[in-house]
Amino acid sequence: MAEVLVYVDHVDGAVRKPTLELLTLARRVGVPVAVALGPGAEATAATLAEHGAVKVLTADAPEFADYLVVPKVDALQAAYDAVSPAAVLVPSSAEGKEIAARLAVRIESGIITDAIDLESGDEGPVATQSVFAAAFTTKSRISKGTPVITVKPNSAPVEAAPAAGAVEALSVSFSAQATGTKVTARTPRESTGRPELTEAAIVVSGGRGVNGAENFGIIEALADSLGAAVGASRAAVDAGWYPHSNQVGQTGKSVSPQLYIASGISGAIQHRAGMQTSKTIVAINKDAEAPIFDLVDYGVVGDLFEVVPQLTDEVKSRKG
Amino acid sequence: MSLRIVVCVKYVPDATGDRHFAEDLTVDRDDVDGLLSELDEYAVEQALQIKEAADDEAEITVLTVGPEDAKDALRKALSMGADKAVHVEDDDLHGTDVMGTSLVLAKAIEKTGYDLVIAGMASTDGTMGVLPAILSERLGVPQVTLLSEVSVADGVVKGRRDGDTASEQLEASLPAVVSVTDQSGEARYPSFKGIMAAKKKPVESLDLDDLDIDADEVGLEGAWTKVDSAAERPARTAGTIVKDEGEGGKQLAEFLAGQKFI
Ligand SMILES: Cc1cc2nc3c(=O)[nH]c(=O)nc-3n(C[C@H](O)[C@H](O)[C@H](O)COP(=O)(O)OP(=O)(O)OC[C@H]3O[C@@H](n4cnc5c(N)ncnc54)[C@H](O)[C@@H]3O)c2cc1C
Ligand SMILES: Nc1ncnc2c1ncn2[C@@H]1O[C@H](COP(=O)(O)O)[C@@H](O)[C@H]1O
Repeated sequence: MAEVLVYVDHVDGAVRKPTLELLTLARRVGVPVAVALGPGAEATAATLAEHGAVKVLTADAPEFADYLVVPKVDALQAAYDAVSPAAVLVPSSAEGKEIAARLAVRIESGIITDAIDLESGDEGPVATQSVFAAAFTTKSRISKGTPVITVKPNSAPVEAAPAAGAVEALSVSFSAQATGTKVTARTPRESTGRPELTEAAIVVSGGRGVNGAENFGIIEALADSLGAAVGASRAAVDAGWYPHSNQVGQTGKSVSPQLYIASGISGAIQHRAGMQTSKTIVAINKDAEAPIFDLVDYGVVGDLFEVVPQLTDEVKSRKG
Repeated sequence: MSLRIVVCVKYVPDATGDRHFAEDLTVDRDDVDGLLSELDEYAVEQALQIKEAADDEAEITVLTVGPEDAKDALRKALSMGADKAVHVEDDDLHGTDVMGTSLVLAKAIEKTGYDLVIAGMASTDGTMGVLPAILSERLGVPQVTLLSEVSVADGVVKGRRDGDTASEQLEASLPAVVSVTDQSGEARYPSFKGIMAAKKKPVESLDLDDLDIDADEVGLEGAWTKVDSAAERPARTAGTIVKDEGEGGKQLAEFLAGQKFI
């Protein structure tokens, strides 16, 4: 089978979960060759090998951290030239999509973004996408060049599939564009100790109904009782009650957890765009007519200040 | 020297309407009302603020690639305060994907002349969010994208990009391609005066010939991707809805336990 390039999203050598999911999908369409860049690149190899990477191409240089996006495109292109893969797969983060898109222009290929599934087909990989705020599901493929596809988190299970994972140094010569956009300062996001929003199995979100930053504590308490991530609607974020990094929806994060619990959220189309593919959806809203109830598996019409704390207590006592 | 700003705006089907696909699996633009993508209003707003900060020593051109109706999007941007508009329209463009659209935009931007290109973070219909990066690649100028804050001074663009794992301060020399998020600041409403003034502002129309682009490089036939099927997501089966009579939280816990979440 032909080789497939998999771009690795990692933080100082710790591989993020969407990349492991990507390896599961990559094995359906070919033999995964991973590309890991920046500090800690070599440290990713053991994990990647466990999940099916036959080879791990690594490169580190100050350019990767000091300049935006383009140095990574140069490196991915070097890997592409070295391997001549049948497809290039990249995690669908904001940066991942930009890297993939620039590579696609350079290698004269079509690009599909935000796939939620991938199968092999007679004419190359077939990508499933969820469009129009998840109202439609499409199947597409690339008709020119080597398929470049970005895949959303939670699109496939993480599977063990031991392979060699041999580390090979990738030699990269940076393009004239590589140093065009300088990163003059970087403030890492503070860890909350909760699961990553896009990776979490359960997401508990609050909206305008939460009515104040001080009240988000009851949303967090429910999330913590379930080991969940915390999300927020744009109304709650715009009001300054919760950070934008936790916003769920069209202009925030798109999540697809096993369970999504919406409290005090009406269910506007732009919010739905980011959560409608969740497996099980639960809502608490005092308005029986709220559109969110059209999506739910279970809904409680009631005051979230009564229902949520009671639920939290019940979860805690059941978990013992 | 006056700063030449080109703002890329897209005319999209209203997200609150019943959006669907046409028979050829392209986005149906006939049955749903269209409008200037809300996310591109933020791009127009930042262009206006950059112009104001430059004591009006700037000229803002709004640019769209789209059907006849897309003029509505240009009008809206002009009524917000942009100076002039360019509309690329050609029957052969129907069904063009992001590779083709970006080619057309890049050529139109070069023809217009620019120091700064500003785009939205994503279109509200395609929601790819990759076009600004592609434009940067095609034009061979820096990308300074997904900014929640942006400023231009002395030929340098600076901005803040709030990413997944960190918030970054970015800097690049002009010419450059910028995209701004919906965190960059509310877009202004057109004033009555603005709406009247917009009627007199120039709108230039260009077709593929004007841009030296062959019909087979764009359109549905020339597309680099192919949609094989589009299926409406099956309606979710109606869930259980209970009214809280004092036990709502417990009932919900019971449901979650039944689903093995607890
Ligand atoms: C271009 C664009 C992009 C957007 N992107 C996003 C996005 O990414 N994410 C997003 O969320 N939105 C987004 N929006 C905004 C979206 O349209 C809605 O305005 C927003 O989702 C509303 O948030 P909400 O449901 O919290 O508030 P509301 O719509 O005001 O709903 C609040 C709900 O809380 C209920 N409630 C109030 N008090 C209580 C109580 N005590 N107990 C129980 N229920 C209560 C009310 O009945 C109501 O249903 C976007 C809009 C645009 C135009
Ligand atoms: N047809 C178009 N005409 C003009 N600008 C566009 C067009 N399509 C996309 N854009 C710009 O590119 C941005 C990102 O689009 P996308 O990559 O399609 O999500 C939008 O916010 C617009 O600024």
